[in-house]
Amino acid sequence: MIHEGPPALDIADLSHAFGPVQALRDVSFTVPRGAFVALLGVNGAGKTTLVSLITRLYDSTSGTIRVAGFDARRQPGEALARLGVVFQSRALDADLTLRQNLRYHAALHGIGRREAAARIDEVLALVRLGDKAGARVSTLSGGQQRRAEIARALLHRPELLLLDEATAGLDLRSRAEVGAVVRDLIATQGVSALWATHMMEEVAPEDRVVVLHRGEVRLSGRASDLGGSLSQGFLALTGEQA
Amino acid sequence: MTAPQRPPLRPASRPGHGLGLAGYLTAFAGITAREVLRFAHQRERFLAALVRPLVWLFIFAAGFRAVLGLSITEPYQTYVLYEVYVTPGLCAMIQLFNGMQSSLSMVYDRETGAMRTLLVSPFPRWFLLGSKLVAGVLVSILQVYAFLLIAWFWGIRPPPLGYLAVLPALFLSGIMLGALGLFISSAIRQLENFAGVMNFVIFPMFFASTALYPLWRLRDSSPLLADIAFANPFTHSVELIRFALYLRFDPVAFAVVSGAAILFFGAAVFMYDPSKGLWASRKR
Repeated sequence: MIHEGPPALDIADLSHAFGPVQALRDVSFTVPRGAFVALLGVNGAGKTTLVSLITRLYDSTSGTIRVAGFDARRQPGEALARLGVVFQSRALDADLTLRQNLRYHAALHGIGRREAAARIDEVLALVRLGDKAGARVSTLSGGQQRRAEIARALLHRPELLLLDEATAGLDLRSRAEVGAVVRDLIATQGVSALWATHMMEEVAPEDRVVVLHRGEVRLSGRASDLGGSLSQGFLALTGEQA
Repeated sequence: MTAPQRPPLRPASRPGHGLGLAGYLTAFAGITAREVLRFAHQRERFLAALVRPLVWLFIFAAGFRAVLGLSITEPYQTYVLYEVYVTPGLCAMIQLFNGMQSSLSMVYDRETGAMRTLLVSPFPRWFLLGSKLVAGVLVSILQVYAFLLIAWFWGIRPPPLGYLAVLPALFLSGIMLGALGLFISSAIRQLENFAGVMNFVIFPMFFASTALYPLWRLRDSSPLLADIAFANPFTHSVELIRFALYLRFDPVAFAVVSGAAILFFGAAVFMYDPSKGLWASRKR
Protein backbone atom coordinates (compact mmCIF):
# COMPACT_ATOMS: atom_id res chain seq x y z
CA MET A 1 0.00 0.00 0.00
CA ILE A 2 1.51 3.34 -1.08
CA HIS A 3 1.27 6.19 1.41
CA GLU A 4 1.60 9.77 0.24
CA GLY A 5 1.29 13.16 1.89
CA PRO A 6 2.37 14.53 5.24
CA PRO A 7 2.90 12.20 8.21
CA ALA A 8 -0.21 10.97 10.01
CA LEU A 9 1.10 12.68 13.14
CA ASP A 10 3.88 15.20 13.52
CA ILE A 11 4.72 16.43 17.00
CA ALA A 12 7.37 19.11 17.37
CA ASP A 13 8.87 20.56 20.56
CA LEU A 14 5.73 19.88 22.55
CA SER A 15 5.71 20.94 26.19
CA HIS A 16 2.93 21.09 28.71
CA ALA A 17 2.66 21.97 32.37
CA PHE A 18 -0.14 21.60 34.89
CA GLY A 19 0.60 24.62 37.04
CA PRO A 20 4.06 24.03 38.46
CA VAL A 21 4.19 20.38 37.31
CA GLN A 22 5.97 19.91 33.99
CA ALA A 23 4.11 16.99 32.37
CA LEU A 24 5.80 17.03 28.94
CA ARG A 25 9.08 18.61 27.86
CA ASP A 26 10.14 19.20 24.23
CA VAL A 27 8.53 16.05 22.87
CA SER A 28 9.11 15.53 19.14
CA PHE A 29 8.36 12.51 16.95
CA THR A 30 6.34 11.52 13.90
CA VAL A 31 3.98 8.72 12.99
CA PRO A 32 4.47 8.01 9.27
CA ARG A 33 1.43 7.11 7.20
CA GLY A 34 0.56 3.46 7.42
CA ALA A 35 2.87 2.87 10.39
CA PHE A 36 2.33 1.36 13.81
CA VAL A 37 4.19 3.39 16.42
CA ALA A 38 4.31 2.22 20.01
CA LEU A 39 4.47 4.96 22.62
CA LEU A 40 6.06 3.12 25.47
CA GLY A 41 6.18 4.48 28.99
CA VAL A 42 5.58 3.55 32.58
CA ASN A 43 2.55 4.91 34.42
CA GLY A 44 2.89 8.64 34.86
CA ALA A 45 5.30 9.02 31.94
CA GLY A 46 2.99 11.50 30.22
CA LYS A 47 1.28 9.25 27.65
CA THR A 48 -2.28 10.21 28.59
CA THR A 49 -1.34 13.89 28.73
CA LEU A 50 0.10 13.56 25.24
CA VAL A 51 -3.09 11.86 24.00
CA SER A 52 -5.18 14.61 25.62
CA LEU A 53 -3.16 17.29 23.86
CA ILE A 54 -3.39 15.55 20.48
CA THR A 55 -7.16 15.25 20.91
CA ARG A 56 -7.48 18.90 21.94
CA LEU A 57 -8.91 18.20 25.36
CA TYR A 58 -6.59 20.99 26.32
CA ASP A 59 -3.96 23.15 24.69
CA SER A 60 -0.24 22.60 25.00
CA THR A 61 1.93 25.20 26.67
CA SER A 62 4.20 25.26 23.59
CA GLY A 63 5.04 23.28 20.46
CA THR A 64 2.96 22.04 17.55
CA ILE A 65 0.83 19.01 16.76
CA ARG A 66 -0.10 18.24 13.17
CA VAL A 67 -2.55 15.50 12.23
CA ALA A 68 -2.25 14.58 8.54
CA GLY A 69 -0.78 18.03 7.98
CA PHE A 70 -3.46 19.95 9.90
CA ASP A 71 -2.43 22.05 12.87
CA ALA A 72 -4.46 20.82 15.84
CA ARG A 73 -4.60 24.29 17.37
CA ARG A 74 -5.40 26.34 14.26
CA GLN A 75 -7.50 23.78 12.37
CA PRO A 76 -8.97 21.66 15.16
CA GLY A 77 -11.99 20.49 13.15
CA GLU A 78 -9.86 19.24 10.26
CA ALA A 79 -7.38 17.58 12.61
CA LEU A 80 -10.03 15.88 14.75
CA ALA A 81 -11.91 14.65 11.67
CA ARG A 82 -8.80 12.63 10.78
CA LEU A 83 -8.30 11.19 14.22
CA GLY A 84 -9.91 8.10 15.74
CA VAL A 85 -9.36 7.78 19.48
CA VAL A 86 -9.60 4.85 21.85
CA PHE A 87 -9.34 6.25 25.35
CA GLN A 88 -7.98 4.41 28.35
CA SER A 89 -11.34 4.55 30.08
CA ARG A 90 -14.55 3.19 28.61
CA ALA A 91 -16.37 5.65 26.38
CA LEU A 92 -19.33 3.56 25.26
CA ASP A 93 -22.67 3.79 27.03
CA ALA A 94 -23.14 0.45 28.79
CA ASP A 95 -26.95 0.75 28.82
CA LEU A 96 -27.25 1.16 25.07
CA THR A 97 -26.69 -1.43 22.35
CA LEU A 98 -23.54 -1.42 20.30
CA ARG A 99 -25.46 -0.16 17.26
CA GLN A 100 -27.06 2.69 19.25
CA ASN A 101 -23.65 3.69 20.56
CA LEU A 102 -22.08 3.64 17.13
CA ARG A 103 -24.97 5.56 15.61
CA TYR A 104 -24.39 8.28 18.20
CA HIS A 105 -20.70 8.44 17.45
CA ALA A 106 -21.36 8.54 13.71
CA ALA A 107 -23.63 11.53 14.32
CA LEU A 108 -20.83 13.24 16.23
CA HIS A 109 -18.93 13.20 12.96
CA GLY A 110 -21.89 14.40 10.92
CA ILE A 111 -22.52 11.00 9.30
CA GLY A 112 -26.20 10.60 8.37
CA ARG A 113 -28.33 7.69 9.52
CA ARG A 114 -28.30 5.69 6.28
CA GLU A 115 -24.57 6.11 5.73
CA ALA A 116 -23.99 5.32 9.40
CA ALA A 117 -25.91 2.05 9.13
CA ALA A 118 -23.66 0.86 6.31
CA ARG A 119 -20.49 1.95 8.08
CA ILE A 120 -21.51 0.35 11.36
CA ASP A 121 -21.85 -3.03 9.64
CA GLU A 122 -18.52 -2.43 7.94
CA VAL A 123 -16.51 -1.54 11.05
CA LEU A 124 -18.11 -4.21 13.22
CA ALA A 125 -17.06 -6.80 10.65
CA LEU A 126 -13.53 -5.40 10.73
CA VAL A 127 -13.25 -5.84 14.49
CA ARG A 128 -15.02 -9.21 14.36
CA LEU A 129 -18.14 -8.10 16.18
CA GLY A 130 -20.56 -8.36 13.28
CA ASP A 131 -22.94 -10.53 15.30
CA LYS A 132 -22.99 -8.22 18.34
CA ALA A 133 -24.60 -5.09 16.87
CA GLY A 134 -27.83 -5.54 18.81
CA ALA A 135 -26.17 -6.51 22.10
CA ARG A 136 -26.05 -4.14 25.03
CA VAL A 137 -22.50 -3.00 25.67
CA SER A 138 -22.77 -4.15 29.29
CA THR A 139 -23.17 -7.75 28.07
CA LEU A 140 -19.92 -7.73 26.07
CA SER A 141 -16.67 -9.10 27.46
CA GLY A 142 -13.78 -6.74 28.24
CA GLY A 143 -11.99 -7.67 25.02
CA GLN A 144 -15.14 -7.24 22.96
CA GLN A 145 -15.72 -3.82 24.51
CA ARG A 146 -12.23 -2.70 23.56
CA ARG A 147 -12.76 -3.93 20.01
CA ALA A 148 -16.08 -2.07 20.00
CA GLU A 149 -14.18 1.07 21.01
CA ILE A 150 -11.90 0.54 18.03
CA ALA A 151 -14.95 0.15 15.78
CA ARG A 152 -16.25 3.44 17.17
CA ALA A 153 -12.93 5.12 16.47
CA LEU A 154 -12.97 3.83 12.88
CA LEU A 155 -16.49 4.98 11.97
CA HIS A 156 -15.46 8.27 10.41
CA ARG A 157 -12.52 6.65 8.57
CA PRO A 158 -9.69 8.39 10.36
CA GLU A 159 -6.16 8.53 9.03
CA LEU A 160 -4.67 8.05 12.49
CA LEU A 161 -5.82 5.76 15.27
CA LEU A 162 -4.79 6.89 18.70
CA LEU A 163 -4.99 4.14 21.31
CA ASP A 164 -4.29 4.97 24.93
CA GLU A 165 -3.64 1.78 26.91
CA ALA A 166 -6.19 0.01 24.73
CA THR A 167 -5.52 -3.36 26.36
CA ALA A 168 -5.50 -2.21 29.98
CA GLY A 169 -7.31 -4.67 32.22
CA LEU A 170 -7.63 -7.38 29.56
CA ASP A 171 -6.52 -10.99 29.79
CA LEU A 172 -3.73 -12.28 27.56
CA ARG A 173 -6.03 -13.64 24.88
CA SER A 174 -8.10 -10.47 24.62
CA ARG A 175 -4.94 -8.35 24.49
CA ALA A 176 -3.64 -10.43 21.61
CA GLU A 177 -7.00 -10.10 19.81
CA VAL A 178 -7.11 -6.31 20.17
CA GLY A 179 -3.50 -5.99 19.01
CA ALA A 180 -4.17 -8.25 16.03
CA VAL A 181 -7.20 -6.19 15.01
CA VAL A 182 -5.18 -2.97 14.99
CA ARG A 183 -2.28 -4.49 13.03
CA ASP A 184 -4.81 -5.97 10.61
CA LEU A 185 -6.33 -2.51 10.10
CA ILE A 186 -2.95 -1.03 9.31
CA ALA A 187 -2.23 -3.75 6.78
CA THR A 188 -5.62 -3.72 5.06
CA GLN A 189 -7.00 -0.22 5.61
CA GLY A 190 -3.88 1.88 5.42
CA VAL A 191 -4.55 3.70 8.68
CA SER A 192 -1.71 4.63 11.00
CA ALA A 193 -1.67 3.95 14.72
CA LEU A 194 -0.09 5.44 17.79
CA TRP A 195 -0.33 2.75 20.44
CA ALA A 196 0.35 4.05 23.95
CA THR A 197 1.25 1.28 26.37
CA HIS A 198 3.36 0.43 29.37
CA MET A 199 3.72 -3.20 28.29
CA MET A 200 6.94 -4.00 26.49
CA GLU A 201 5.56 -7.33 25.24
CA GLU A 202 3.06 -5.47 23.04
CA VAL A 203 5.90 -4.15 20.90
CA ALA A 204 6.88 -6.21 17.83
CA PRO A 205 10.43 -6.06 16.41
CA GLU A 206 9.26 -4.29 13.25
CA ASP A 207 7.42 -1.55 15.18
CA ARG A 208 8.66 1.97 15.58
CA VAL A 209 8.97 2.84 19.25
CA VAL A 210 9.02 6.10 21.18
CA VAL A 211 9.95 5.67 24.83
CA LEU A 212 8.53 8.42 27.01
CA HIS A 213 9.66 8.89 30.59
CA ARG A 214 8.91 11.73 32.98
CA GLY A 215 7.56 13.76 30.08
CA GLU A 216 10.62 13.39 27.84
CA VAL A 217 11.43 11.17 24.86
CA ARG A 218 14.29 8.94 26.05
CA LEU A 219 14.58 6.55 23.10
CA SER A 220 13.09 6.29 19.64
CA GLY A 221 13.56 4.18 16.53
CA ARG A 222 12.63 0.79 15.15
CA ALA A 223 12.39 -1.80 17.92
CA SER A 224 14.66 -4.25 16.09
CA ASP A 225 17.29 -1.54 15.54
CA LEU A 226 17.20 -0.55 19.19
CA GLY A 227 17.57 -4.22 20.11
CA GLY A 228 18.90 -4.75 23.59
CA SER A 229 19.06 -1.05 24.36
CA LEU A 230 15.27 -0.85 24.14
CA SER A 231 14.58 -3.62 26.59
CA GLN A 232 17.45 -2.67 28.89
CA GLY A 233 16.55 1.00 28.73
CA PHE A 234 12.90 0.38 29.40
CA LEU A 235 13.65 -2.04 32.22
CA ALA A 236 15.94 0.55 33.75
CA LEU A 237 13.18 3.16 33.53
CA THR A 238 10.68 0.73 35.03
CA GLY A 239 13.07 0.06 37.87
CA GLU A 240 13.59 3.76 38.34
CA GLN A 241 9.84 4.19 38.55
CA ALA A 242 9.53 1.40 41.12
CA MET B 1 -3.10 -14.79 14.61
CA THR B 2 -3.77 -14.55 10.86
CA ALA B 3 -6.37 -11.97 10.02
CA PRO B 4 -8.66 -12.56 7.07
CA GLN B 5 -8.06 -10.11 4.22
CA ARG B 6 -10.86 -7.63 3.79
CA PRO B 7 -11.32 -4.87 1.26
CA PRO B 8 -10.40 -1.39 2.55
CA LEU B 9 -13.16 0.78 3.94
CA ARG B 10 -14.71 2.92 1.27
CA PRO B 11 -12.87 6.24 1.36
CA ALA B 12 -14.50 9.36 2.72
CA SER B 13 -16.20 11.41 0.03
CA ARG B 14 -14.07 14.46 0.81
CA PRO B 15 -11.76 15.59 3.59
CA GLY B 16 -13.52 17.03 6.59
CA HIS B 17 -16.71 15.50 5.24
CA GLY B 18 -20.01 15.94 7.00
CA LEU B 19 -19.37 19.31 8.64
CA GLY B 20 -21.82 21.31 6.49
CA LEU B 21 -25.28 22.30 7.64
CA ALA B 22 -26.52 18.72 7.17
CA GLY B 23 -23.63 17.53 9.32
CA TYR B 24 -24.55 19.95 12.10
CA LEU B 25 -28.17 18.83 11.97
CA THR B 26 -27.09 15.17 12.04
CA ALA B 27 -24.86 15.79 15.04
CA PHE B 28 -27.61 17.66 16.87
CA ALA B 29 -30.14 14.90 16.12
CA GLY B 30 -27.66 12.25 17.29
CA ILE B 31 -26.93 14.03 20.58
CA THR B 32 -30.66 14.53 21.20
CA ALA B 33 -31.50 10.92 20.35
CA ARG B 34 -28.87 9.71 22.81
CA GLU B 35 -30.25 11.89 25.63
CA VAL B 36 -33.77 10.62 24.98
CA LEU B 37 -32.57 7.01 24.81
CA ARG B 38 -30.65 7.39 28.05
CA PHE B 39 -33.67 8.94 29.68
CA ALA B 40 -35.89 6.10 28.43
CA HIS B 41 -33.47 3.60 29.96
CA GLN B 42 -33.58 5.38 33.32
CA ARG B 43 -37.20 4.92 34.37
CA GLU B 44 -36.35 5.68 37.98
CA ARG B 45 -35.01 9.07 36.87
CA PHE B 46 -38.34 9.83 35.21
CA LEU B 47 -40.25 8.69 38.28
CA ALA B 48 -38.06 10.72 40.62
CA ALA B 49 -38.48 13.77 38.42
CA LEU B 50 -42.24 13.33 38.59
CA VAL B 51 -42.65 12.24 42.19
CA ARG B 52 -40.70 15.19 43.60
CA PRO B 53 -43.09 17.94 42.41
CA LEU B 54 -46.11 15.73 42.98
CA VAL B 55 -45.18 15.32 46.63
CA TRP B 56 -44.99 19.09 46.88
CA LEU B 57 -48.31 19.47 45.12
CA PHE B 58 -50.26 16.72 46.89
CA ILE B 59 -48.84 17.08 50.39
CA PHE B 60 -47.10 20.39 50.90
CA ALA B 61 -49.49 22.56 48.92
CA ALA B 62 -52.58 20.81 50.28
CA GLY B 63 -51.27 21.19 53.83
CA PHE B 64 -50.43 24.86 53.45
CA ARG B 65 -53.60 25.78 51.60
CA ALA B 66 -55.26 26.94 54.78
CA VAL B 67 -52.17 28.58 56.24
CA LEU B 68 -50.93 30.54 53.25
CA GLY B 69 -53.65 32.90 52.11
CA LEU B 70 -52.98 34.66 48.83
CA SER B 71 -54.57 37.86 47.61
CA ILE B 72 -55.06 38.35 43.88
CA THR B 73 -51.61 38.22 42.33
CA GLU B 74 -50.70 38.78 38.68
CA PRO B 75 -51.23 37.01 36.30
CA TYR B 76 -54.22 35.51 38.11
CA GLN B 77 -57.53 37.37 37.63
CA THR B 78 -59.06 36.09 40.81
CA TYR B 79 -58.20 34.35 44.06
CA VAL B 80 -56.49 31.03 43.41
CA LEU B 81 -55.88 28.01 45.55
CA TYR B 82 -52.35 27.58 46.84
CA GLU B 83 -51.93 24.46 44.65
CA VAL B 84 -52.64 26.58 41.60
CA TYR B 85 -50.10 29.16 42.73
CA VAL B 86 -47.24 26.67 43.27
CA THR B 87 -47.76 24.68 40.06
CA PRO B 88 -45.59 26.97 37.83
CA GLY B 89 -42.90 26.92 40.52
CA LEU B 90 -42.99 23.15 40.52
CA CYS B 91 -42.64 23.12 36.72
CA ALA B 92 -39.52 25.25 37.11
CA MET B 93 -38.38 22.95 39.90
CA ILE B 94 -38.47 20.01 37.51
CA GLN B 95 -36.29 21.97 35.13
CA LEU B 96 -33.92 23.04 37.88
CA PHE B 97 -33.41 19.44 38.98
CA ASN B 98 -33.12 18.29 35.38
CA GLY B 99 -30.46 20.92 34.69
CA MET B 100 -28.50 19.76 37.71
CA GLN B 101 -29.06 16.11 36.76
CA SER B 102 -27.59 16.83 33.32
CA SER B 103 -24.70 18.52 35.03
CA LEU B 104 -24.21 15.47 37.23
CA SER B 105 -24.26 13.18 34.20
CA MET B 106 -21.65 15.36 32.51
CA VAL B 107 -19.35 15.06 35.50
CA TYR B 108 -19.96 11.30 35.44
CA ASP B 109 -19.32 11.20 31.68
CA ARG B 110 -16.08 13.06 32.25
CA GLU B 111 -14.96 10.56 34.86
CA THR B 112 -15.83 7.55 32.68
CA GLY B 113 -14.45 8.96 29.44
CA ALA B 114 -17.74 9.39 27.57
CA MET B 115 -17.32 13.16 27.75
CA ARG B 116 -14.03 12.90 25.89
CA THR B 117 -15.68 11.24 22.93
CA LEU B 118 -18.08 14.17 22.70
CA LEU B 119 -15.31 16.73 22.91
CA VAL B 120 -13.09 15.05 20.28
CA SER B 121 -15.81 15.45 17.68
CA PRO B 122 -14.67 17.83 14.92
CA PHE B 123 -17.60 20.16 15.55
CA PRO B 124 -16.96 23.35 17.52
CA ARG B 125 -17.19 22.91 21.24
CA TRP B 126 -19.87 25.59 21.71
CA PHE B 127 -22.06 23.64 19.28
CA LEU B 128 -21.51 20.30 21.04
CA LEU B 129 -22.25 21.78 24.46
CA GLY B 130 -25.23 23.70 23.09
CA SER B 131 -26.66 20.57 21.49
CA LYS B 132 -26.29 18.64 24.72
CA LEU B 133 -27.96 21.49 26.53
CA VAL B 134 -30.93 21.65 24.15
CA ALA B 135 -31.30 17.85 24.24
CA GLY B 136 -31.50 17.98 28.04
CA VAL B 137 -34.10 20.76 27.86
CA LEU B 138 -36.30 18.71 25.53
CA VAL B 139 -36.24 15.87 28.07
CA SER B 140 -37.15 18.29 30.86
CA ILE B 141 -40.09 19.64 28.84
CA LEU B 142 -41.47 16.10 28.49
CA GLN B 143 -41.27 15.78 32.27
CA VAL B 144 -43.06 19.09 32.82
CA TYR B 145 -45.92 18.15 30.51
CA ALA B 146 -46.30 14.80 32.28
CA PHE B 147 -46.52 16.72 35.56
CA LEU B 148 -49.04 19.22 34.16
CA LEU B 149 -51.17 16.32 32.94
CA ILE B 150 -51.33 14.81 36.44
CA ALA B 151 -51.95 18.27 37.91
CA TRP B 152 -54.91 18.65 35.55
CA PHE B 153 -56.53 15.61 37.16
CA TRP B 154 -55.82 17.24 40.55
CA GLY B 155 -57.95 20.18 39.45
CA ILE B 156 -55.24 22.58 38.34
CA ARG B 157 -56.53 23.67 34.97
CA PRO B 158 -54.92 26.67 33.30
CA PRO B 159 -56.49 27.88 30.02
CA PRO B 160 -56.09 25.20 27.31
CA LEU B 161 -54.05 27.58 25.16
CA GLY B 162 -51.77 28.12 28.13
CA TYR B 163 -50.34 24.64 27.58
CA LEU B 164 -49.11 25.81 24.18
CA ALA B 165 -48.07 29.29 25.28
CA VAL B 166 -45.93 27.88 28.07
CA LEU B 167 -43.78 25.86 25.65
CA PRO B 168 -41.37 28.68 24.65
CA ALA B 169 -41.20 29.79 28.28
CA LEU B 170 -40.27 26.25 29.34
CA PHE B 171 -37.67 26.10 26.60
CA LEU B 172 -36.02 29.37 27.59
CA SER B 173 -36.20 28.57 31.28
CA GLY B 174 -34.76 25.08 30.63
CA ILE B 175 -31.90 26.58 28.62
CA MET B 176 -31.05 28.99 31.42
CA LEU B 177 -31.12 26.34 34.15
CA GLY B 178 -29.37 23.75 31.95
CA ALA B 179 -26.64 26.28 31.08
CA LEU B 180 -26.16 26.89 34.80
CA GLY B 181 -25.78 23.12 35.27
CA LEU B 182 -23.31 22.99 32.39
CA PHE B 183 -21.26 25.75 33.95
CA ILE B 184 -21.31 24.02 37.32
CA SER B 185 -20.25 20.72 35.73
CA SER B 186 -17.18 22.42 34.26
CA ALA B 187 -16.12 23.59 37.69
CA ILE B 188 -16.69 20.34 39.58
CA ARG B 189 -13.68 18.09 39.72
CA GLN B 190 -15.23 14.94 41.16
CA LEU B 191 -18.63 13.34 41.38
CA GLU B 192 -18.39 13.37 45.17
CA ASN B 193 -18.41 17.17 45.15
CA PHE B 194 -21.86 17.16 43.66
CA ALA B 195 -23.61 17.00 47.04
CA GLY B 196 -22.43 20.58 47.52
CA VAL B 197 -24.45 21.60 44.48
CA MET B 198 -27.60 20.43 46.24
CA ASN B 199 -26.84 22.50 49.31
CA PHE B 200 -25.41 25.60 47.70
CA VAL B 201 -27.32 25.85 44.42
CA ILE B 202 -30.57 23.90 44.22
CA PHE B 203 -32.03 24.56 47.69
CA PRO B 204 -31.15 28.28 47.92
CA MET B 205 -32.33 28.90 44.37
CA PHE B 206 -35.61 27.14 44.95
CA PHE B 207 -36.49 28.46 48.40
CA ALA B 208 -35.32 32.04 47.81
CA SER B 209 -37.67 32.45 44.88
CA THR B 210 -41.32 33.03 44.09
CA ALA B 211 -41.89 29.31 43.50
CA LEU B 212 -43.63 28.83 46.86
CA TYR B 213 -44.76 32.33 47.85
CA PRO B 214 -45.25 35.59 45.96
CA LEU B 215 -42.73 38.39 46.21
CA TRP B 216 -45.06 40.71 48.15
CA ARG B 217 -45.49 38.09 50.85
CA LEU B 218 -41.72 37.63 51.08
CA ARG B 219 -41.33 41.41 51.37
CA ASP B 220 -43.82 41.45 54.23
CA SER B 221 -41.64 39.13 56.27
CA SER B 222 -38.16 40.16 55.06
CA PRO B 223 -37.37 42.91 52.54
CA LEU B 224 -33.83 41.56 52.21
CA LEU B 225 -35.12 38.08 51.32
CA ALA B 226 -37.47 39.67 48.80
CA ASP B 227 -34.54 41.50 47.18
CA ILE B 228 -32.54 38.28 47.07
CA ALA B 229 -35.51 36.49 45.51
CA PHE B 230 -35.88 39.24 42.92
CA ALA B 231 -32.19 38.96 42.02
CA ASN B 232 -32.50 35.17 41.77
CA PRO B 233 -32.86 34.18 38.09
CA PHE B 234 -34.91 31.16 39.14
CA THR B 235 -37.63 33.55 40.34
CA HIS B 236 -37.85 34.92 36.82
CA SER B 237 -38.00 31.41 35.35
CA VAL B 238 -40.97 30.73 37.62
CA GLU B 239 -42.69 33.99 36.67
CA LEU B 240 -42.03 33.51 32.95
CA ILE B 241 -43.70 30.09 33.16
CA ARG B 242 -46.52 31.34 35.41
CA PHE B 243 -47.39 34.24 33.10
CA ALA B 244 -47.15 32.13 29.93
CA LEU B 245 -49.33 29.42 31.42
CA TYR B 246 -52.04 32.05 31.92
CA LEU B 247 -51.49 33.60 28.49
CA ARG B 248 -49.58 36.62 29.70
CA PHE B 249 -46.06 37.84 28.92
CA ASP B 250 -43.68 39.07 31.60
CA PRO B 251 -41.01 41.21 29.83
CA VAL B 252 -38.80 41.54 32.93
CA ALA B 253 -38.75 37.79 33.48
CA PHE B 254 -38.05 37.24 29.80
CA ALA B 255 -35.12 39.68 29.82
CA VAL B 256 -33.60 38.28 33.00
CA VAL B 257 -33.95 34.63 31.93
CA SER B 258 -32.53 35.36 28.45
CA GLY B 259 -29.63 37.36 29.87
CA ALA B 260 -28.83 34.74 32.49
CA ALA B 261 -29.00 31.98 29.85
CA ILE B 262 -26.46 33.81 27.65
CA LEU B 263 -24.22 34.53 30.64
CA PHE B 264 -24.24 30.95 31.99
CA PHE B 265 -23.76 29.37 28.57
CA GLY B 266 -20.93 31.75 27.72
CA ALA B 267 -19.25 30.93 31.03
CA ALA B 268 -19.66 27.17 30.40
CA VAL B 269 -18.15 27.42 26.90
CA PHE B 270 -15.26 29.43 28.34
CA MET B 271 -14.69 26.83 31.03
CA TYR B 272 -14.71 23.96 28.54
CA ASP B 273 -12.37 25.75 26.12
CA PRO B 274 -9.10 23.79 25.88
CA SER B 275 -6.99 26.92 26.13
CA LYS B 276 -9.01 28.71 28.80
CA GLY B 277 -10.97 27.98 31.93
CA LEU B 278 -10.29 25.23 34.41
CA TRP B 279 -9.81 22.53 31.77
CA ALA B 280 -6.64 24.22 30.59
CA SER B 281 -4.92 24.17 33.93
CA ARG B 282 -5.79 20.86 35.51
CA LYS B 283 -5.05 17.24 34.98
CA ARG B 284 -8.00 14.88 34.72
